[in-house]
Amino acid sequence: MLTMMRTAVMSLLVFTILTGLIYPMAVTGISQVIFPDQANGSIVMKNGRPIGSALVGQQFSDPKYFWGRPSATSPYPYNGRGSSGSNFGPNNADLLKAVQQRVDALHEADPGNRAKIPVDLVTASGSGLDPHISPAAAAYQVQRVARLRGMDKAKISALVAANTEERRLGIMGEPVVNVLRLNMALDELKQK
Amino acid sequence: MTANIIIQLVLYFGALLVLAKPLGIYMAKVYDGHSFVLDKVLGPAERFIYRCCGIHPDEDMDWKKYAMAVLMFSAVGLLTVYLLQRIQGILPLNPQRFPAVSPDSSFNTAVSFITNTNWQGYSGEGTMSYLTQMAGLTVQNFVSAASGMAVLVALIRGFKRNSSDTIGNFWVDLTRSTLYILLPLSLVYSLLLVSQGVVQTFSSYRNVSLTQTVGYDSPALDDKGNPVKSTSGNPVTEKVEIKEQVIPLGPAASQVAIKQLGTNGGGFFNANSAHPLENPTPFSNFLELLAILLIPAAFCATFGKMVGDMRQGRALFAVMLIVFAAATLLCLWNEQQGNPHFAALGIDQTASGMQPGGNMEGKETRFGIVNSALWATATTAASNGSVNSMHDSLTPLGGLFPLLLIQLGEVIFGGVGSGLYGMLIFAIITVFIAGLMVGRTPEYLGKKIEMFEMKMAALIILIVNSLVKIGTAVAVSTKAGMAGIANPGPHGFSEILYAFSSAANNNGSAFAGLSANTIFYNTALGIVMFIGRFWVIIPVLAMAGSLAKKKQVPPGSGTLPTHTPLFVLFLTGVVLIVGALTFMPGLALGPIAEHLMTGR
Repeated sequence: MLTMMRTAVMSLLVFTILTGLIYPMAVTGISQVIFPDQANGSIVMKNGRPIGSALVGQQFSDPKYFWGRPSATSPYPYNGRGSSGSNFGPNNADLLKAVQQRVDALHEADPGNRAKIPVDLVTASGSGLDPHISPAAAAYQVQRVARLRGMDKAKISALVAANTEERRLGIMGEPVVNVLRLNMALDELKQK
Repeated sequence: MTANIIIQLVLYFGALLVLAKPLGIYMAKVYDGHSFVLDKVLGPAERFIYRCCGIHPDEDMDWKKYAMAVLMFSAVGLLTVYLLQRIQGILPLNPQRFPAVSPDSSFNTAVSFITNTNWQGYSGEGTMSYLTQMAGLTVQNFVSAASGMAVLVALIRGFKRNSSDTIGNFWVDLTRSTLYILLPLSLVYSLLLVSQGVVQTFSSYRNVSLTQTVGYDSPALDDKGNPVKSTSGNPVTEKVEIKEQVIPLGPAASQVAIKQLGTNGGGFFNANSAHPLENPTPFSNFLELLAILLIPAAFCATFGKMVGDMRQGRALFAVMLIVFAAATLLCLWNEQQGNPHFAALGIDQTASGMQPGGNMEGKETRFGIVNSALWATATTAASNGSVNSMHDSLTPLGGLFPLLLIQLGEVIFGGVGSGLYGMLIFAIITVFIAGLMVGRTPEYLGKKIEMFEMKMAALIILIVNSLVKIGTAVAVSTKAGMAGIANPGPHGFSEILYAFSSAANNNGSAFAGLSANTIFYNTALGIVMFIGRFWVIIPVLAMAGSLAKKKQVPPGSGTLPTHTPLFVLFLTGVVLIVGALTFMPGLALGPIAEHLMTGR
C-alpha cells in the first residue's frame, strides 16, 4: 500500500515535470522561434503602436465604419478579459428584444436601406470576440458607409472584396470579412 | 443543404476513416509491447520513469490492485490540482496576479479535470494563473486521458487472456499511453495550431489601443467599494470610456492540443474553441474537430488488433458511426433552419455563397452552421465537451441531439478509452439479450457472459443514469438549484438536465447560461462527476478480472457472431433503446416541449 502510494506520488511528479513544464516550455520555445507573430496574439501595428489583434474583433458602432458581430461580453462589448456568448435560448424574449434593437439601429443608421439583414449582423457571436462578418453582412453596409464618407459605392465594394477571405482550400469554413482590417483600409483610403 | 456543406462533411468523415485504422494499429503495438520506431527514441525515457517511480514493468496486477492504482493516482491528482489553485497567488508564472480560487470552485475543477470531464465553472482568462493551467490542468489533460486508456486496455486483456489472474500493470499502461501516444501527437498538434494563430507565450496580457472607443454605464462605487444609490434608491451609474482592449495570452496551444486529443475539452479561455485565439481559422477548426474523435475511433482498430479479429473492432466502429452521422445530420438540419421568430423582423437566414445563414446566435462567422453543428455532435458523441459555439443558444431540436448523445452514456466514440469500454458493456448486454431470446449462455469473444458480468454491466448503466436524474431532480426542487437558470421556460430545465447529464457522463460541455459557479453546483456536480467516473471504472475492472479468469471457449454452432451487420443493427438498437427509454421523459420536458412551444 505504502509502496503504491509512493509510486502514485512520484509518477504524478514525473508527469507534471514532463507534460506540465517541459512540454509547454518546448512548444513555447519552438513557437517563439518559428511562429513569433502568431504565438503572441497576431498583433496589428500602426505607426509603431499596437492597435488590435488580427484575430480578435473590436466594437464598431460609428456608422462611418463597418459594424461587426454584436458581442455579448460583460460589462461592455468585445471585452478581451471575458470572452462569452449571450447564452440566450432561441425563444428567450430578451434575445428577441436585443435582435429587434439591433435591427432598429441598422435601419436608423441607413434609413434608405430596406434589404433583408444578414443574420450574422444581428446575432451575438459565440466568443463575443468574433473578428469577422459574412460577405453578405459587409455588402449590406456598403451603401451606408459610402454615403457617410461621401465616397463611390464601387470603391467601397472593391475594398470589401479585397478584404474578403475565401474558404480555406476553397472548402473549409465560411468566406469572411475581417472587420478591423476592412475599417483600417477605409481610414487609409481617406488619408490618401 | 448546399454543396459545400456536403463536401465539408465528406472531408471530415473521410479523414477520420483514413486515419483511425493506422493509428489504432500503432496503438495496439504500444500496448502489446512490440517494438516500433518511437520506442527506440523514447525507450530510455520510459525506463527512466520506471526507475524514478519504483515501477516494475514486468509485474502484472490482478484487477483489485489495478483498480487501487487508478484510484490512488487519481486521488493524488485531485489533491494536487486543488492545492495548486488554492495557493496560486503566491506561486510563480502568474503575470496577471490572480488570487487563490475559492474552495468550492477549486474542488469542482480538481474533480472535473482528474475525471477527464473538464466541466468548467470558472472563466480561464479571468481566474487561473499560467502555472495552474500548465502544471495542474494540462497535466491532468494527459494523465486522466491516459488512465481511461489504461482501463480499456485492461478490459481488452480480460477478453484475451486465458485462465489468468492478472490484467496488466496500470503504471506501465499509463506511462506508455502518455509517452508514445498522447505526447507525440500533442507536440505535432500544438505547433500546427500555433501556425494558425493559437497563442503560446508566457508573457502577460497585451493592451492595444482601440480604433473606436467604447462607452458604457458602470455602477458607481464609493470608497469602500459598495454601490452608490441615489436618493430614490436606484443605483447610480457613471459613464466609463474604454480606450484599450486586452488581448489575453498564455501557453494555450500546448493545452488546446491535448484538450482535443484526450477528449478533455477544458478551454484555455472561457469561450473555449469559439475563442479566436484558441481556434482562429477554419483549418485549426478542422484539426481540433478531427482530434475530438481521432483516438476514440482509432481504439476500435486497436481493439480488433488486440483480440486478433479486426472485424470485431469494425462492427463497434460501425455502430458508433451510424449513430453519430444520424445525430449530426439532424442537428445540422435544425440549426440551418434558423430561428422562426426572426422571419418577422426582416432578417435573412438563408444559406448562400455570401453567408452561412441559419441560427447564428452563439456561433462564429468563420465556422458557420456546418462546422458548429458538426462540432456540437462530435464533442458530445465523444466525451470531449469543448465547444466552438454556445450550445445554450442552439435551436430546441438542434440542442436535443448533443444532449441525447451525452445521455447514451458517452459510448458513441466516447472518451479516450472510456468510450470503448462503455460500448463493450453495451455489447455484453446485447449478447445477453440475444442469449435470452434463444435460451443459450451468451458469449462474447470466446468468454462466457455470466451473472457477475451482467451484474457489473447493469450496475454501470444504472449508476450513471440515476446520477443524472437524481441530480436534476434535486436541482429543480431546491432554491439554490433553480437560482442558476438563465433562460425561462422549458429551456431553463434543459440547462439543468444538460449540466447533470454532462457531469455524470464526464462530458464537460454545458448549456452555459446556467450560473454554475456557486457552492451548490460546484459541490453537486463535483460529486456527480466523481461517482460517474470511478463507480464505472471499478465495475469495469472487476469485469476485466472475472473475464481474464475464464477459459477461452471456441465458438460453437449456437454462438452469436458479433461482427455481422445483424449484430451491428442489434447493438445500435440496444444503445438507442436503453438511452432513449431512460431519458425520454426528461427530454420531453425540456427540448421537445420547447420545440412545440415555438409554434412552428
